[in-house]
Amino acid sequence: MSANRPPPPVSTMLMRGLFEENPIFRLALSLCPAVAVTTAVKNGLMLGVAVLVVQVLSSMSGSLVKHIINPKIRIPVFTLLIAIWVSAMDMILAAYFSDIYQQVGLYVKLIVAFAIIISRMELFSMKHSVVPCFWDGLGMGLGFLVGLVLAGAFRELLGSGSIFGIAILPFKPLLLVVLPAGGFFTIGLIMAMFNWVDVKRGHKLPSGGGGAHG
Amino acid sequence: MSEAEVTPTPTLHLSSGPHIASGRTTAQIMWMVNLALLPALLWAWAVFGWVVLAITLSSILGCVVAEYAVCRIAKNVSTLPDGSAVCSGLLLAYTLPPGIPIWMPFIGGMLALIFTKGIFGGLGYNIFNVALVGRAMMMATFPVEMTTRWLTPAFGNVDAVSAATVLAQIKLGGQEALAKILAAVPDGGQLWFDFFLGMRAGSIGEVSVVMILLGAAFLLWKGIIKLYIPLSILVGVALMAPFSPAPEIYMLGGGIWLGAFFMATDYVTSPTMPRGQIIFGLGIGLLTGIIRNWGGYPEGICYAIMLMNILTPALNDWFRPKRLTADGAPS
Repeated sequence: MSANRPPPPVSTMLMRGLFEENPIFRLALSLCPAVAVTTAVKNGLMLGVAVLVVQVLSSMSGSLVKHIINPKIRIPVFTLLIAIWVSAMDMILAAYFSDIYQQVGLYVKLIVAFAIIISRMELFSMKHSVVPCFWDGLGMGLGFLVGLVLAGAFRELLGSGSIFGIAILPFKPLLLVVLPAGGFFTIGLIMAMFNWVDVKRGHKLPSGGGGAHG
Repeated sequence: MSEAEVTPTPTLHLSSGPHIASGRTTAQIMWMVNLALLPALLWAWAVFGWVVLAITLSSILGCVVAEYAVCRIAKNVSTLPDGSAVCSGLLLAYTLPPGIPIWMPFIGGMLALIFTKGIFGGLGYNIFNVALVGRAMMMATFPVEMTTRWLTPAFGNVDAVSAATVLAQIKLGGQEALAKILAAVPDGGQLWFDFFLGMRAGSIGEVSVVMILLGAAFLLWKGIIKLYIPLSILVGVALMAPFSPAPEIYMLGGGIWLGAFFMATDYVTSPTMPRGQIIFGLGIGLLTGIIRNWGGYPEGICYAIMLMNILTPALNDWFRPKRLTADGAPS
């Protein structure tokens, strides 16, 4: 295996996941769980934290073992690594947060198949040492967490009239927003906001739309 | 320029087609459509009272505010004066039950304008009929208000219908419900006449077939709409009518007349060529029947039109007119 590359600055690694390559709103990855889970902030927060922890640990452990695995079987090995951390996360959440786990438990198990995690291992962990992998994983995980919380807050506020289950809207909430269709509207709107900020910062919009799916 | 001044060289006007303009502007057409919609509103006012006008105003206001905001944000030329937003608001109000809380149409109009027209690029770029998306969004957002707030008409025989429209009652109760409704009509066989005239519970703009036909006749006379789409929709629904316990109510009830003449004929979301329009209309009619007979809703015209709206670009492509060349061969 080739030697580790010099890592980019920490701020770059963090901002990349949070904004420039935000998993949900820029890369359009893991949209299915993002739509399914964000009917309430609490659910979004829980899945976001789970993804954050799994991403950081997977990226770091991937970086640790990259020199001793045969490159031909790196995908199955990475998947097994992710599965280890997801199983641990799944058990912890089931043990200590069983009420929310009832609602998002299915998606916690699905983290094994989240494209963003394995793609960061492929793109980043294969080329960098453990410490930069921590920052990169933290940035990507935080990007996912912030995305889920943003979408969850918007949908819970407009769709159920509450935040963290506390009713605050004085008028009748718009049921549409908590339905799956409203989830797609919400994510599309936040995506548009990300693009708008990007244009304001002087970037050009890509001519094609969307990204990969997962 | 006076006649003494002669332009030295004739300017050559270069542009892509179409080269023949009708001389009629979008604004003229839209305001004529709005005018044609008025008889149905007057009828609804007579039957259901002033609340109808309040709902219509609320819906128009929602559309107009959203249109103004979208044009400002997109820094486009404002398309408010052409009346298309007013038309969307009117049509949206026509699809609502007359007892709905007055602030709901405002929200519905704003959602419809922003998500159907605004984000797709404004006038002429929408994929779906604006008013129908508004109705569909309101159905998803306020399901209880949209399906239960019916008012009893001020006159006419059909009086036991404030809880649901006749189509909804038949959908739920089948033959027994129909027999009960028929028993409530003193002179038995005159139920179809009440429906034709508009003495029944229903959405604001759909109750009177006569008033809709009056407006439609005006549009046909002015050449704004053609009969291909409305007629093929009615034929499509008629093909499905034998599956219903009451075919005459099936044809006169619900929103098919409003949908056929005013919603499906929207220029932006319907095919351009007659053959495409006929398939478009038949598709709407058959889908309406399928939703009514075997689907979950008593009325399906809204979703049927939206489904066929999706096919419009394909229909335009399939029935593209052949280009004329000197020897008649396709170029």
